[in-house]
Amino acid sequence: MTDSPRTFPVREDVERRLAKRYRAELRFRTAGLTAIGIAVAILCILIGSIASEGVPAFTAKELVLRVELDADRVDPEGDGSVASLRRGSYNRVLQDALREAFPGVTARNDLRTLFGLYTPLNATRLMDAVLDDPALVGNSYVFTMPLADDLDLYLKGRLVEDRTLPTAGRLTASTDGDIVSLRSTTADFTALAREIEQSMAAEARTLELRVEQVRLALDQVPAADAPRLQAEADRHAAAAVNLRQLARAPDGFLPLTGDVPSVIVESGGQAFRLTQLAVDGKSARGEVVLGSGLVENADDWTLYVVDTPESRRRVSDQLIIWTRSLVEREMIQTGFNTYLFANADSREPELAGIKGALYGSILTMIITMFLSVPIGVFTAVYLEEYAPKNRVTDFIEVNINNLAAVPSIVFGLLGLAVFINFFGLPRSAPLVGGLVLSLMTLPTVIIATRAALKAVPPSIRQAALGVGASKTQAVFHHVLPLAAPGILTGSIIGLAQALGETAPLLMIGMVAFIADAPSLGLAGFTEPATVMPVQIFLWSDGAERAFEARTAAAILILLALMIGFNAVAIYLRRRFERRW
Amino acid sequence: MHDAQTQPTVYHKNSLGGSDIKVEVRDVSVSYGEKQALFNVSLDIPDKSVTAFIGPSGCGKSTFLRCMNRMNDTIDGARVSGSLKIDGAEVNDRAVDPVVLRASVGMVFQKPNPFPKSIYDNVAYGPRIHGLASGRDELDAIVEQSLRKAGLWAEVSDRLQDPGTGLSGGQQQRLVIARAIAVNPEVILMDEPCSALDPIATAKIEDLIDELRENYCIIIVTHSMQQAARVSQMTAFFHMGSLIEVGPTEEIFTNPLESRTQDYITGRFG
Amino acid sequence: MALSKHAHIVTAYGEELDKLADELARMGGLVEMQLVAAVDAVVRRDASVVPDVRKREAQVNAMQVDIERRVIRLFALRQPLATDLRMTISALRIASDLERVGDLAKNIAYRSKDLNTFAPLAVLDRVERLGEIVAKQLHEVLDALSSFDVEPAIRVWRNDDEVDEHYNSLIREMLLSMADNPALVGPGAHILFVAKNLERVGDHATNVAEAIHYMVTAEALDPSDQPPR
Repeated sequence: MTDSPRTFPVREDVERRLAKRYRAELRFRTAGLTAIGIAVAILCILIGSIASEGVPAFTAKELVLRVELDADRVDPEGDGSVASLRRGSYNRVLQDALREAFPGVTARNDLRTLFGLYTPLNATRLMDAVLDDPALVGNSYVFTMPLADDLDLYLKGRLVEDRTLPTAGRLTASTDGDIVSLRSTTADFTALAREIEQSMAAEARTLELRVEQVRLALDQVPAADAPRLQAEADRHAAAAVNLRQLARAPDGFLPLTGDVPSVIVESGGQAFRLTQLAVDGKSARGEVVLGSGLVENADDWTLYVVDTPESRRRVSDQLIIWTRSLVEREMIQTGFNTYLFANADSREPELAGIKGALYGSILTMIITMFLSVPIGVFTAVYLEEYAPKNRVTDFIEVNINNLAAVPSIVFGLLGLAVFINFFGLPRSAPLVGGLVLSLMTLPTVIIATRAALKAVPPSIRQAALGVGASKTQAVFHHVLPLAAPGILTGSIIGLAQALGETAPLLMIGMVAFIADAPSLGLAGFTEPATVMPVQIFLWSDGAERAFEARTAAAILILLALMIGFNAVAIYLRRRFERRW
Repeated sequence: MHDAQTQPTVYHKNSLGGSDIKVEVRDVSVSYGEKQALFNVSLDIPDKSVTAFIGPSGCGKSTFLRCMNRMNDTIDGARVSGSLKIDGAEVNDRAVDPVVLRASVGMVFQKPNPFPKSIYDNVAYGPRIHGLASGRDELDAIVEQSLRKAGLWAEVSDRLQDPGTGLSGGQQQRLVIARAIAVNPEVILMDEPCSALDPIATAKIEDLIDELRENYCIIIVTHSMQQAARVSQMTAFFHMGSLIEVGPTEEIFTNPLESRTQDYITGRFG
Repeated sequence: MALSKHAHIVTAYGEELDKLADELARMGGLVEMQLVAAVDAVVRRDASVVPDVRKREAQVNAMQVDIERRVIRLFALRQPLATDLRMTISALRIASDLERVGDLAKNIAYRSKDLNTFAPLAVLDRVERLGEIVAKQLHEVLDALSSFDVEPAIRVWRNDDEVDEHYNSLIREMLLSMADNPALVGPGAHILFVAKNLERVGDHATNVAEAIHYMVTAEALDPSDQPPR
């Protein structure tokens, strides 16, 4: 309509708006991609943090000890009977073996610390080994047990900050009473001494600042609080003065208190813990922890620093030195953490495992599966294919949909009231857990099955009815097989949901410390048990730091189970899906 | 709507009350809940011939077709009144089991709907559930015979175990016809059997219908007037739930007596 | 459309059918004009119209071809049914009849040239009468065609007897005259042909009437309505 007949006004209009339309499209796509990116990133961070936390828990540091199963120790009656073997003092056997490994440790206190390398519960494991094979009595036996949880963490580098400093000179050590004097031919301690001096100065500065703050605050607080604050300020001031005094090293030595990094010198089976560092950087004083305390011109020595001060960690310098010595002697091995899978829960993190929870979960899931899937599927088939459409079925349908939205803890309350209080079923049992989880899973299964049935084209039903099949034949010969993949997927997702459920089980006593795994048999259904998510919940509350890693490990295992479940669901869907 | 209900059906000569009647329909009405879908249809359908039901969408022709094998029973709230006799036996009777009825009245639907099973199982399903074959050999024979009658044997004889859903649309529809005739029905109902097919497949189905006519009473609902003209001997025109006109196909398509039939056929509706 | 109260849903289809009917009516008018002109040429002994007749004859032939083409097109693309089917088929038949009428008219006009070389004949009055009747038959049947009315068509069909009577008496009279006077044999033969052609036009008019009757009622004219000639 304009200058040339070849231009189309509509096209011009469209072109004018085109750029804007494409921009809108681009904006939308960018927003979508960003959302997906954020979700993926968060997922990666989540999985990554759990994995980095949990993966170390899959390996265990184990102490390998050659124990002497002397008859008088393990078989006090001397008749080799089970009763006698049970009364044996296996812990003494373990203690003897350790004392043999560290002959220099004699003091009572030191011995008690030494026996902290393992958990006495391991004595039971040794007893079980002997009971399994009484022929071991009187012989020596290589016993493997997990190292105490803190040392395990220490060896995995997750408990303390530490480093090994380079040394150049030759080391000579001489004992003078309890105090050992160490000298190096070069100034190997200089850097360390400067560091310690600085850290002391910094600490003193911090204290002085605190004092100033407290003094300033004194004016604003009520009179009643003033004396307490004044005392605090005075205490800090005194500490600061003391620190500055010590840092000046009046006698030429800097003291190494429990508040500064620990310094350990090792040389050929000997180990010293330094207590003072000379300011010249060539000599130090300390105490013997391991060995005779005599070193002559050794050029093979290690200066090991634990930066986390002893007062702020759970393992003493002594234990660290012993552990390092054991590692050096290859008495500690790293292996796959079989305890995590072979044991049930335990108070000791190194012995705690998920076996009990896993068995509990399996038993609970068996109950849930055999109750909720058939009941759910047949309910859905009836409602979808047979039930007349009227108010009653509408009411039922609405209620089923509502049930799916009921908080799961309500099902737990129901289970407590009905199954335990009314029917008198045992508490903490997988049977009750399974019943409760079935109630929770039923709506999911019913809804998924109905959706799957609805998705079967009506033409298939008509075809079957058209050749004279009865309603039931049409449903069971044609509709149900076609809906099977959807039903399976829905059921498995429902079961996976149940597998990860904690809340309803709180109410029926499945949240408990259960040290023995339930048996994987009919009896197991009524034995006290717990399940995986509950185990995670319990461990996440554990006091020991090692439980953190185990919690993460258990989460990883649960995640793997879930992924496995879903993978099965996807596989079944692919395998049985048919096109029509 | 009202004039459609009050005006009587126009019957061409010899189209009511002749000899060799397979289906005799008298005053059949159907309603779904409050809505009446079919008004007092009376009609005679001859044996060994093809009767076509034509009419615009929603005119009740499919509803009427579904009365023949009581498929309306499967719809909630559907009520059927009047008399519908096949070979003199009342169909529209509570005492008649629809399952038995449907074994003798085969049905072919608009969209080819083979079961997602093998070709063999598709055809063998009816005979199996009705126990028509006493052994594997007999069943094989029924399957082969049905597939031959449906003109599909040559195309599928070497792949009977392949899924029926893997066939082309036209082959699927012929498979469905084979499935319907496997139970040896007396009447075959076809509800727009070619509406989803291409012209070649349609021609094959029409040829098949023409062959099957020798042995069966075939009733076909179609939207294509040309198809009705090509395959049927009798044509019934439905409009707004009423049967407007019935007569020999040739007469309906050259000289319809009712102006609505005329307008519908010549494409002059409303 | 006269045959149906309603218009076609497909407008183009309806227009094509209308066009066909219009074309047929135009062809009818042309042919009628040809016939009147031809009879005039013979009766008034005026051969001057012959070139015009020849020209229109070409037109008529072209129109018949055109109508045939239209009908084929309708069959191929629209598959007409019921009234449309009958109308299309009848159009084909009527066009062919009208084309024949055109041929016959042309033939009559050509004979006027030869007749003019002879002295006028007394029988020309009768020829004029026959021509008038035939022209009226043709006119009426063409009216019936444009009004889709069967009544005039049936009347035309019945009136064919009258044409035949006139024709027979004319032939008889002419033969008698020729027997009396051999000199009349030359022009007489031409008159015989003219009469025969007019009678043939009358037959074609009845054919058209039959086609119209079929088109409107879907039935052939019952022989009981009138015994065939």
